[in-house]
Amino acid sequence: MEYFVQQLINGITLGSIYGLIAIGYTMVFGIIGMVNFAHGDVFMVSAFIALITFLILTAWLGISSIVLALAIVLIVAMLFTSLVNWVIERVAYRPLRGSFRLAPLISAIGMSIFLSNFVQVTQGPRNKSIPPMVSGEFVLANHNNFPVTLSYKQLIIWGLTAVLLLAFWYLVAKTPLGRAQRACEQDQKMAALLGIDVDRTISMTFIIAAALAAVAGTMYLMYYGVVTFSDGFVPGVKAFTAAVLGGIGSLPGAVVGGLIIGLIETLWSAYFSIDYKDVAAFSILAITLIFLPQGLFGRPDVEKV
Amino acid sequence: MAVLANSASEGGRAEKPILSREPNRFAAALREAAFTGLVSFGLFLPLIGFETVTNIRDELILRTRWPLLAAFVFIAAGGRFFYSFALAPWLARRAQKPVKPAAAWRGHFKKWFVPFAIGFVIAYPVIVILVTGWGGALKWIDNFGIQILIYMMLGWGLNIVVGLAGLLDLGYVAFYAVGAYSYALLAKNFGLSFWVLLPLAGILSSFWGILLGFPVLRLRGDYLAIVTLAFGEIIRLIIINWTALTNGYAGIISIPRPSFFGIPFNANDNGFAARFGLEFSPLYRVIFLYYIILALGLLTCFVTVRLRRLPVGRAWEALREDQIACRSLGINTTNTKLTAFAMGAMFAGFAGSFFAAREAFISPESFTFIESATVLSIVVLGGMGSQIGVAIAAIVMIGGTEILRQLNFLKEIFGATFDPTQYRMLLFGLALVLIMIWRPRGLIATREPSVFLKKRKAISVDLVQEGRG
Amino acid sequence: MAREGSPVLRVEHLTMRFGGLVAVDDLSFEVQSGAITALIGPNGAGKTTVFNCITGFYKPTEGRIALRRGAPAVWSALEGLTDSGKRGLVRPDGALFLLERMPDYLVAQQARVARTFQNIRLFSGMTVLENLLVAQHNPLMLASGYTLLGILGFPSYASAERAALDKARSWLDRFGLIDRADDPAGELPYGAQRRLEVARAMCTDPVLLCLDEPAAGLNPRESAELNEILLRICDECDISILLIEHDMSVVMNISDHIVVLDYGVKIAGGAPDEVRNDAKVIAAYLGVADEEVAQVEASVGL
Ligand SMILES: Nc1ncnc2c1ncn2[C@@H]1O[C@H](COP(=O)(O)OP(=O)(O)OP(=O)(O)O)[C@@H](O)[C@H]1O
Ligand SMILES: [Mg+2]
Repeated sequence: MEYFVQQLINGITLGSIYGLIAIGYTMVFGIIGMVNFAHGDVFMVSAFIALITFLILTAWLGISSIVLALAIVLIVAMLFTSLVNWVIERVAYRPLRGSFRLAPLISAIGMSIFLSNFVQVTQGPRNKSIPPMVSGEFVLANHNNFPVTLSYKQLIIWGLTAVLLLAFWYLVAKTPLGRAQRACEQDQKMAALLGIDVDRTISMTFIIAAALAAVAGTMYLMYYGVVTFSDGFVPGVKAFTAAVLGGIGSLPGAVVGGLIIGLIETLWSAYFSIDYKDVAAFSILAITLIFLPQGLFGRPDVEKV
Repeated sequence: MAVLANSASEGGRAEKPILSREPNRFAAALREAAFTGLVSFGLFLPLIGFETVTNIRDELILRTRWPLLAAFVFIAAGGRFFYSFALAPWLARRAQKPVKPAAAWRGHFKKWFVPFAIGFVIAYPVIVILVTGWGGALKWIDNFGIQILIYMMLGWGLNIVVGLAGLLDLGYVAFYAVGAYSYALLAKNFGLSFWVLLPLAGILSSFWGILLGFPVLRLRGDYLAIVTLAFGEIIRLIIINWTALTNGYAGIISIPRPSFFGIPFNANDNGFAARFGLEFSPLYRVIFLYYIILALGLLTCFVTVRLRRLPVGRAWEALREDQIACRSLGINTTNTKLTAFAMGAMFAGFAGSFFAAREAFISPESFTFIESATVLSIVVLGGMGSQIGVAIAAIVMIGGTEILRQLNFLKEIFGATFDPTQYRMLLFGLALVLIMIWRPRGLIATREPSVFLKKRKAISVDLVQEGRG
Repeated sequence: MAREGSPVLRVEHLTMRFGGLVAVDDLSFEVQSGAITALIGPNGAGKTTVFNCITGFYKPTEGRIALRRGAPAVWSALEGLTDSGKRGLVRPDGALFLLERMPDYLVAQQARVARTFQNIRLFSGMTVLENLLVAQHNPLMLASGYTLLGILGFPSYASAERAALDKARSWLDRFGLIDRADDPAGELPYGAQRRLEVARAMCTDPVLLCLDEPAAGLNPRESAELNEILLRICDECDISILLIEHDMSVVMNISDHIVVLDYGVKIAGGAPDEVRNDAKVIAAYLGVADEEVAQVEASVGL
């Protein structure tokens, strides 16, 4: 039982990270109908930006307050990653908007390959590890000498995810930007005719997606303490899986999907075999889609004849 | 024609104010360059401005690279200035010029291109030996010839699925892997020969294609894409983890190689060279392999061209155009999709078993998502559905990245630590983006009708649907 | 204009619900063989839904849709077939199918019901000729030995393909599309696209042809031409036509029998003259309750 609760805590933590990345996939898909394959690598780039900022703060500026450092790292990573994603959209996707569906997909795959290799070339292929940023934990229960713990790191991740989701929900549901976004999702041409700046709305979508990915990247770095250039692909694919599982285009779906994938992965590793944890995640995805083709929260894709 | 003239006149209207007021153009270009410089400064500051390195005490420290950062920003700003000030007006002016009618040589070119190309690839090993001599030929036949032909064959195979049937398959490499491992395991454990296993590997792959296709082909569009991606990953992960069978990451070594009608290519007395009274050289085997993959590739191409003119081929294309209409005409869409999937998988299986036989070593490393992405990009870049387009795209993409392996002279320019192969995938990714922007619908942007009454007219690809799975 | 025979299609108690919405409510009607039956009704009445149920695109919530081919005598086997749970039965003298039990492609392939769509669905990137060859997929597939013989280049396939091309050519001739045979379907003008869709449906050798607003978007001349073609193929080709149409001049001119739907309910049925004067129909079209019809008619000067 204790073991299970502990795995649940770990799974939710991992799921939060996946969920934050998955929102980026789902949002971009919702608005321009494109699978932004490079999103996983944007997440990886953000972890590198966080890493560099962290090193500047601690090694050069000598900031010792971990709360301050973390806050600054988070903000800097969000800003720079947003810039990166904004440029990517401008350069690699905007010229292809409205053309053939596969062209932006290939462009995104190219961008993904480019980003990971760019980081490899500029930062080197080795693992980059840092000393733990945050340590310490709450002991929730201690039964039979098996402590169930919730580390501060995990708490930060949970809290941050919850706060961000609330803020983000507010943004999409209550602000003019969110309204413009939803209008563009429905019909870009009509939205443009009604005076919505479609380009700007799409740019903003990419910026928000990147900001959330940057939070995920920073937390990933904080949680695992290590990052390499190839760390974009697997979390990226899993987050995408999460987005599809939740029903691509649906924001709550992305979060729930992320949590499910995170939980499956941890529980499978804990109870079955760690080797096959990714196989489990992908199999669940395939099975869900076969029986529930539009995902958990997606709108059913009715074939109007 | 009318469309072109129209867009040209629009371009003209947009361009006039720029041309008439020269100083403004300069200022505007300068402003744009400054903006680009600023953005690129922000973009490159973290990753180029700083470098994370591990010091002797195994701690991560930062080093700065300000000159490099400055160079990047300068190049970006300068490039933008050049574009805004010189290139863009020139492009606009060029677009305004009347379009010349296609020259007469184009017709001849089209007619003679295919026979010439086939003649060239058949003569290629001889030409290479004549040009580079006995010693340098290996690299050109193996790394260029065989490598390109493998991807060309994969491209043609995937073209059936993506280009003709309009099913987006992101896990094509899975079938390539099934073919490779089928050959490797059956050849090692049962000692069967390459020529027996080649069709068997194809059949096994297409069997997997049907097995995986059956549940997923109900899915449409991006859902289909992600499930095929997931299956590709699942098969790779199983190969990695089922070490008892596949030896995991370490891979399978010393896989038997194909022999020349029972005569092996080795330095022994009963080897190929000795039997035919030649001096031993690895080149014989490579040339033999070259012709095998050439034959396989041409077979794939020939079969596909043939299929397009048969009812299945037309049903595939109709499926890509409109599935509902297909069903209203009595076409069983599930079966039709499955045949496309199985056909594509079969050719990947052939290619996979050839790959295993050529390398004599396979490991899961060779079957990552990047391979699927590469093959898919060859199909899209070629122009969906076009056989010649796929061939050209394979030459450009694979040949291009192979050339980057060979650029050792760059070491003399950039210093001995410069490793051109490092930049191979970087440039590959960049090339994908740029080529898509340049030609979103691929190199060959027309579709050839499969049948005609009076005159075969190429169809503009704008009318052709891309398929939603 | 009486081309009455025994029914080819019997729709009985057809009901189709989408969640709470009852799109078709307990609808029964028959299509007589060799005749043109029109299905009319205001927008959203459920006409296209009826088509989708007949052609297997939707599975009806309730009801029976039976189609006959060959001798009228096969109707006697209907109840037995229904109880047997089978999809259809084929006898030497004819065949009987329960369409609500068949998936869409089998309705076309076995029961031979062809249809067109309200918003045209052509294979726009394929040529006009290719569109017609795709329609002959099933016989050609058989002739190509499920691809095997075809790929080896057996002559039997070549002759089958030649026959298919001849058939396509004859339909193109009839619909005045022969000059555009090698052009992509997506490039044709709207009227020609409509005609091509009907021609493509005819290439499947249907017993019953279902046309969903074939004259929508056509100008009066094109519309008149289409009427003529429809009347001709109905006479010459031994098929029955079920037609959805909003244009009353078309409906009244060519149909033998009219079924009127309103909110999924059949409100009238009969010969054109009867329906034309039916108060309920007029009310449905003018959108008022029955009692107010006289008043409204007076005000519009009828
Ligand atoms: N797949 C579906 N899911 C939900 N509702 C549907 C579906 N198909 C049709 N409907 C509803 O059923 C009703 C009847 O629609 P239908 O298309 O049959 O009308 P129609 O008579 O063909 O109208 P029109 O003249 O405009 O073509 C409409 O209210 C429509 O919204
Ligand atoms: Mg309708």
